[in-house]
Amino acid sequence: MEGKTTVPALAELPPGLELQRVDERIMTLNVGPQHPGSGHMRIIVQIDGDRIVACDPDPGYVHRGEEKMAEYRNYVQNIPHLERPVIHDSCNILYPYCLATEEILGIEVPERAQYVRVIAAELNRCVYTLYWLAIYGIFLGHSTMFMWPTGDRELLIDLLEKMTGARVTHAYLVPGGVRNDVPANFEDVCLRQVDYFEKRIREYAGIFYDNPILISRTRDAGALSRHDAVALGTTGSVLRASGVDYDVRKKEPYDCYDSLDFETSVMREGDAYARSRVPWLDMMQSCRIIRDALSKMPKSGSVRVKLKPNPKGPEMVSYKRVESGRGALGCYVVSDGKPEPYRVKMSVGSFRNLIALPYLLRGEKLGNMPAVYWSLNYWPVEADR
Amino acid sequence: MLKEILTPQTANVFVGRLGDLLEKAVDKPLGYAINWGRIWSLWPVHIETACCSVEFGAASGPRYDVERFGIIEAFGSLRQCDLVVVQGTITRKMAPRLRLVYDQMPEPKYVVAMGACAITGGLYFDSYNVLPGIDGVLPVDVYVPGCPPRPETLIQGCMLLQEKIKRMKARKHV
Amino acid sequence: MEKEGVPAQSGGGEKGQEAKKAEAPLPEVDSSLRSRIESLFGERATVEFARPGRMQVNVAGKDIVEVARFARDELGFDHAESVTGIDRPADGQIEVVYHLGSYTRPDLAGHVLAVSTRAPREEDPSPGADSTRLPSLRGVFYSVEFHEREAFEMLGVYFEGHPDNRRLLLPEDWADMPPMRKDFAIKGR
Repeated sequence: MEGKTTVPALAELPPGLELQRVDERIMTLNVGPQHPGSGHMRIIVQIDGDRIVACDPDPGYVHRGEEKMAEYRNYVQNIPHLERPVIHDSCNILYPYCLATEEILGIEVPERAQYVRVIAAELNRCVYTLYWLAIYGIFLGHSTMFMWPTGDRELLIDLLEKMTGARVTHAYLVPGGVRNDVPANFEDVCLRQVDYFEKRIREYAGIFYDNPILISRTRDAGALSRHDAVALGTTGSVLRASGVDYDVRKKEPYDCYDSLDFETSVMREGDAYARSRVPWLDMMQSCRIIRDALSKMPKSGSVRVKLKPNPKGPEMVSYKRVESGRGALGCYVVSDGKPEPYRVKMSVGSFRNLIALPYLLRGEKLGNMPAVYWSLNYWPVEADR
Repeated sequence: MLKEILTPQTANVFVGRLGDLLEKAVDKPLGYAINWGRIWSLWPVHIETACCSVEFGAASGPRYDVERFGIIEAFGSLRQCDLVVVQGTITRKMAPRLRLVYDQMPEPKYVVAMGACAITGGLYFDSYNVLPGIDGVLPVDVYVPGCPPRPETLIQGCMLLQEKIKRMKARKHV
Repeated sequence: MEKEGVPAQSGGGEKGQEAKKAEAPLPEVDSSLRSRIESLFGERATVEFARPGRMQVNVAGKDIVEVARFARDELGFDHAESVTGIDRPADGQIEVVYHLGSYTRPDLAGHVLAVSTRAPREEDPSPGADSTRLPSLRGVFYSVEFHEREAFEMLGVYFEGHPDNRRLLLPEDWADMPPMRKDFAIKGR
């Protein structure tokens, strides 16, 4: 019996190809990459009966080499492909890149452009969160929660389409401001839409968040304590659901966020329910920010600093952070004095929250996996870049 | 006279010809009926390969509602599906899995390549990990261009696929 | 002609920028951070730059665990935000930058401490089996686990002491050199 082993010992294999022995009692299960939720992500779980004993996330199905491509394009050419990882949150993912590039090129953004950027980013955060909520509805078998947010999302997409000209891939933020000014009657339309939108999302509480079935499925599923949330370096809604009051918009205000009136939404429970509710509270704050920004926005003025063709900055590095729909999003740009960046690194919220997944799923029931997985506010395309 | 024609040697040929004739007579209306049934119950596989899935989700939402055109949002087994909508970029890691999904589906099956990345590699034409289009992996029926395509474009692509199915042979062996 | 022109331009810009940055005085928190690091580690940790809210410290590979532990326990940086690998073929080195942030200390909330270290670079890399090695910070900051795995596959930096140095994003059959190295050329470029 002992002579039958054909698997080489662990030390003989080169790193990256190690095999793992499992107990006969333990079954290994591949979830994905084709599964009835959001695809392009495989989770290898080892289960003992119905309990998950170990979990190994396997991302990379949409790894497109954005960071390598960024080294071959100049600062402006990088905009369209750097927004692709999260096309439904494109303003937020371009935000740190634009801030970092502005620091390298030494550009000051006009005041009106700062407000337009903030409005676009907050609208986009709502669009992202609604899509995330819709998929969370599917994950939990709640079809109404798919239909309502996808329907309401279209109203905000219309608004963004008026601003930027595209449904999802806006490429609206550019180094030095925004690509074009908002249309003529934008403020009235935006206020009307935001009022309606806020009324609608209040109704979600009744159908989704106060639903006893939802509560029984997500309450106490995958609880993350405050200490562990900090130690694991989680970010965004995962962190704030565990009781840590940390929002980059408050702690390190960029553009005009320091002049706007809003609060950080924090919950203490740290379970999947709290993690699903914090983005919803964030949307309420987004509405508040948009209203405030519309009232404080300068009525006229330039929205873009004109760049030289092939702009280049000095030899320096810049690391900028913003709060995106999935948490803090950092962009590290290294410039070596050429028109192309030497290195662009996106430190994305999804990738940072992924570390919490094996930690949370250990000891959880297999049936809780969808509720825990999607509550991490994870978007696989972004994590893979 | 009949006996002379219907020798045992020719009888086989005659029966075969008659069968062909009958099959040809029945096949057209039958094939039409089968195809008619197929075009109004296209079940896409729930495989989301990249960012175009956002627009696919919007297309099945209340405003665009692809179910009107018989494309049913199925969240079930691969064995019940007959349509693969390749939603965007296929990376080298995803390509064998995509083929695996396709191979598991029963005949007949159709492929829609959605988005520039699935057609030619699109924006990622020079990336080291992206396939330049999925033609080498799957036989594509309809290409839907765009980056990402609007939901209307996707719906038009699905309607073109339905037009194509209408003209297809219903049964492979005929 | 072109090669001569470019560095002269960028060099001029760099001096101008640095002079402007140096004029602005650093806030209290930044300067105290800087003096604490410099007084404890002296020669071993050099401050590359210090801007309001941003500071980069260069340390040697053998000191990085000690510096990281000091940053965590004494300075209050409790998590790592990202690990960036940068290939520097001109120096024959690979730079790895850890960006550390703080959730628990309110005065450090807007601060990012970048700890940079360098590993020797192999001309003909065989990831995991060559001299491109660095000590892992997984024992200090739990959150670097996946980031270090990504740096391993993208640049071939093997992190000693990391429990799980495996592929993460690239396909299982990737047989080429680590793609983020500068000598890995993408199609048509």
